Amino acid sequence: MSYTELYQDLIDLPGALLPIFHRIQERLGYVPEAALPEIAKHLNLSRAEVHGVMTFYHDFRAAPPGQCVVKICRAEACQAMGAEALVQHAEQSLGTPMHSTSPDGSVTLEPTYCLGNCALSPAVMINGELKGRVTPQRFDALVAEAKGAAK
Amino acid sequence: MTKVFVPRDSAALSVGADHVAAAITREAEQRGLSIELVRNGSRGMLWLETLVEVETPAGRVAYGPVQPEDVASLFEAQFLNGGAHALSHGLTEHIPYLAKQERLTFARVGITDPLSLSDYLAHDGYKGLKNTLSMAPADVVQQVTDSGLRGRGGAAFPTGIKWKTVLGAQAAQKYIVCNADEGDSGTFADRMIMEDDPFVLIEGMTIAGVAVGATQGYIYLRSEYPYAFDVLNQAIAIAEKAGYLGENIQGSGKAFHLEVRLGAGAYICGEETALLESLEGKRGIVRFKPPIPALKGLFGQPTIVNNTISFASVPIIMDKGGEFYKNFGMGRSRGTLPFQLAGNLKQGGLVEKAFGLTLRELVEDFGGGTASGRPIRAVQVGGPLGAYVPVDQFDTPLDYESYVGISAMIGHGGLVVFDDTVDMAKMARYAMEFCAIESCGKCTPCRVGSTRGVEVVDKIIANDNRAANIELLRSLCDTMLNGSLCAMGGMAPFPVLSALNHFPEDFGINKKELAA
Repeated sequence: MSYTELYQDLIDLPGALLPIFHRIQERLGYVPEAALPEIAKHLNLSRAEVHGVMTFYHDFRAAPPGQCVVKICRAEACQAMGAEALVQHAEQSLGTPMHSTSPDGSVTLEPTYCLGNCALSPAVMINGELKGRVTPQRFDALVAEAKGAAK
Repeated sequence: MTKVFVPRDSAALSVGADHVAAAITREAEQRGLSIELVRNGSRGMLWLETLVEVETPAGRVAYGPVQPEDVASLFEAQFLNGGAHALSHGLTEHIPYLAKQERLTFARVGITDPLSLSDYLAHDGYKGLKNTLSMAPADVVQQVTDSGLRGRGGAAFPTGIKWKTVLGAQAAQKYIVCNADEGDSGTFADRMIMEDDPFVLIEGMTIAGVAVGATQGYIYLRSEYPYAFDVLNQAIAIAEKAGYLGENIQGSGKAFHLEVRLGAGAYICGEETALLESLEGKRGIVRFKPPIPALKGLFGQPTIVNNTISFASVPIIMDKGGEFYKNFGMGRSRGTLPFQLAGNLKQGGLVEKAFGLTLRELVEDFGGGTASGRPIRAVQVGGPLGAYVPVDQFDTPLDYESYVGISAMIGHGGLVVFDDTVDMAKMARYAMEFCAIESCGKCTPCRVGSTRGVEVVDKIIANDNRAANIELLRSLCDTMLNGSLCAMGGMAPFPVLSALNHFPEDFGINKKELAA
C-alpha cells in the first residue's frame, strides 16, 4: 500500500518532514514503518535520516494507539497539585502503565510535560481536549465519557 | 441586545466553559430572552474560570467560577442587568487582581473576541504596523532598541540588537521565526496570547518582517497547544483576506507571509537553534554558535528568532513609541512581563506588571497563598531550568540582573508554587530526570551528566555514602554548567543546586554540615 496520497500536497514544503509525519499520524493514528522508505524517496533523504527524525520526537508513534489517548502532565506545576498521585491512580484504574495501551485497546496512557494549563493543575489531555483541576474522581468520569464517545 | 461573554481560552474550556456557554444559550431561549454570546479570551484570572461577563451601562460585570448548574440561578438573579449573585465580583475592571496590573502586551486579552479583526482594530490594533509602514526600516529597529525590550523567552537578549543584525545582513531571503515552543512548566503566556489575541502576534511578526526585509515568517508552535494552532490558522486566514498579510500589505508594496508549523513534543526545540533544525525537518539537535541565527539561521539565511511575547510586545512599542514602553520597569529590565502564577496557589493566573515587583507581592497579594492552605515552601521561577527560590528570598526585586545576583533567573516569567509538603530532593531528582528525557544528546555533559545526576541524587536520598555523593553531585553540576552546549544542560543544575543549598534537610544533611 502506498501512503503518498496522504501527504502528496506537502512534499514541496520547505522542511516538509515534520508536517508529513503529523499528517500521517493525524489520519492513521501512527506513522507506519512502511511509510518511511517512500517518504525518504520523495524528500531525497536517506532512510536513516527519516527514521532518525521519526524516533527523535516523542509525539510520533510507531504503532496504533488505543481508542482514547490520555496524556497526563507530569511537569512541576502539576506535581505541585498532586500529578504523581494522579498518575498512580490512572495506571491502576486503567490497568496499564505509562507509555502503553490497556489490554482491551481502549486507552493509551502517556506522560506529557506541560499542557500550558498550569494555574488549573493537575492537567490532562484526552483525545486532544484539555482538562483542568483533574482529581482522581474527575479523571475516571472524563475517561468514561471519552470511552463512551469513542464507541 | 445584552452581550454576554464566555471565554474560549483553553484553560477556561478545560473546566467547562463550553458547557456553561451552552447552558446560557439554552436558558436564554427558554426564557425568551435575546442575548449576544461573545466567546472572548480569558481575563487571566484563571481560578475564576469559567468567568462569565455581562455588558451593562456601568461596564462589564463578572460572575465566576460559573458551572453549568449555576446558570439558571444567574438568570433568576437578573445577571443580564448585572444583578447581585453569590458568584458576582462586581465590575470586572475593578477586581483588584486585574486593576493592579499594567497590561501593555495583554491590553486586549480577555476583552475582545480573538478572531474579530474589527474588535482588534477598534482596540488600537494595527496602529503599530501603520506607523512602521511610514518609517524607514532603520528607524523601526531604533524604536525597538530604544524601548529596551529584551527577549521574553528567558535569555533576555536585547531584541533591537538582534533585529539590527538581521537588517544589516545581505541575503536574497530572510526569515522571521516565532518561538512558540512554550515548554516550561508554569508558563502559559504564549498560549494565552495566541489563543486570545492572535492578531497582536501576527502584527508583531509583520512589523519585524517589514523592518528587516524578511518576507516569510514561521510560528513554531508546540503540538501540546492544539487550540492555539486552530486559532492562529484562522487568524492568519482573516489577516490575509484583509490585506494584513500577503504580497502587498495594506498597499505598501511590502510582502509578508506567515505559516504555523507544529513541533512534536521535544522540549529542546524551545532552544532557538534546535528549533531551526526542527523547522528544517530534522531532529531537534542544538547547533554550535557561531554562526548566530541572525546571520545564518533558517535554511542558512539571516533569521530573527524571537519569543511569542517579544513579538507581541512590539505593536504597542511601535504604536506608542519606545520611550513609552521604556518608562515601565527598573534597571536594565524595561517594560512589563506577563508573570504566570501556577502550581499550588489559591489564585493562579496571569499578572502583567512592570519589572521590579517582588515574588512576595505576586504569590501572596495576587496569588493569595497556596490552594492547599499550607505554608509556601519554595517557588520555582523560570521553568524547569530555573532555581527554587526559598521564602527568605521573596523580597528580591524581579528584574533580570537582581535574579542573576541570587543565582536564579526570571526566564519566561513562570512561577510554580509548592507548599511545605514538597520533597526538594525529589524535585532535584526530577530536574535531572527531565533533562535526561529531553536532552538532544549532542553534548556529553547534558546527555550523560543528567543520567548520572539522577543516579547520584538517588544515592544521596538512599543515604549511600551521602557526603561523598553530595560532593560528586556538585562537581557534576559544575561540569554541566560550564561544559554544556546550550542552556538545557547548562541550566538544569540551577534547580538541583538551589534545592540542595536552600533545603539541605531534604537531602538528609543540616545547614551546618552544608557550610562545612
